Amino acid sequence: MSANSYLVLSAILFTIGTVGFLIRRNAIVAFMCVELMLNAANLSLVAFAHMHGALDGQIAAFFVMVVAAAEVVIGLAIIVTIFRTRRSASVDDANLLKF
Amino acid sequence: MTTLAPLVSGASVAFWLLAPVMVLAALGMILAKKAVHCALCLAVVMISLAVQYAALQAPFLFVVQIIVYTGAILMLFLFVLMLVGVDATDSLVETIKGQRALAVLAGLGLGGLLIFAIGNAVVGRPLGLQSANSDYGSNVSGLAALIFTRYVFAFEATSALLITAAVGAMVLAHRERLTKKKTQTDLVSERMRRYAETGQHPGPLPTPGVFARHNAVDTPALLPDGSVAESSVSATLQARGTVLDAAELIIPVRHTVRAIGTEEAVPQESYEEGPYSHSVSAHRPGPGEDDRP
Repeated sequence: MSANSYLVLSAILFTIGTVGFLIRRNAIVAFMCVELMLNAANLSLVAFAHMHGALDGQIAAFFVMVVAAAEVVIGLAIIVTIFRTRRSASVDDANLLKF
Repeated sequence: MTTLAPLVSGASVAFWLLAPVMVLAALGMILAKKAVHCALCLAVVMISLAVQYAALQAPFLFVVQIIVYTGAILMLFLFVLMLVGVDATDSLVETIKGQRALAVLAGLGLGGLLIFAIGNAVVGRPLGLQSANSDYGSNVSGLAALIFTRYVFAFEATSALLITAAVGAMVLAHRERLTKKKTQTDLVSERMRRYAETGQHPGPLPTPGVFARHNAVDTPALLPDGSVAESSVSATLQARGTVLDAAELIIPVRHTVRAIGTEEAVPQESYEEGPYSHSVSAHRPGPGEDDRP
């Protein structure tokens, strides 16, 4: 199984995530698209680890997962806070970056 | 890598089975209107990714992907969706004109660029992780050896990051109480003032209707004159439009009454009140039920 197929799949998933982030207006769905992009990057990292026969790529994917977990926690807390004040989860409604 | 047939390995079977599923689920995620459907599509992508990790000789990441991503992160998404409102659909009005078409165009460009740039970047057979995994006995031990030697500072930084994230989430989700908490005395006096000013009944709300065939919360109660007691059904159900039609509730009762009336030759008029005697009176309070805020 060549690593190229994994790279192409990873590129397709990353592109879908990017397009979704650009076209969706619900903040939570946009956030899910970011997660999809992170996952696509992880797939290529693991594929490269398999390609080169070293575990460093898997370590990198593991760190990406940890950072993604922290990012999701903060991001969702921000979305909930914005929803509380604006009663909306649309990214268009949060246009004033002030308290 | 186990060989199933000449030139076909388990990894390639897993890849070619799951890659279309993943791409379709990812497309479904960005095209589904409801956020819950997006989350479920994302779950499909993540579980398929976990299988790919297993096929790429990364058993530790396979488990972590399922536990951390599908188990924790996606459940967090679903919790927040429930907080924000499951029904909230995206508005389809474009704020920037032509943004969607441009985004799709840019996506196609990016995808083409990525695929043509890296699609053939790797030459030669992959080395595989047999030797790397067996160096320390297993994949998990090998990863642990790397994390606690070469990457130990990154690992320490990760712990700081996680603690910061936890504290940050607590700070962001914490809400200061701006007004005094209402005591029971305040609530009672408020209720009585409303009764004096608008005539709103101070007692509990009427219970849903109880009929021979229906007694669920979506069944409206009927008043003695046959009209619907609006407050007997939750406002949420009314907004969703899932409340049973009161007229349809009465029809079978009326049929039965009529059938009995003709068989036993009882005067029709005496049973005309029949259907309404089944309805719960709006003034009969449920035991200890108080839906007032």
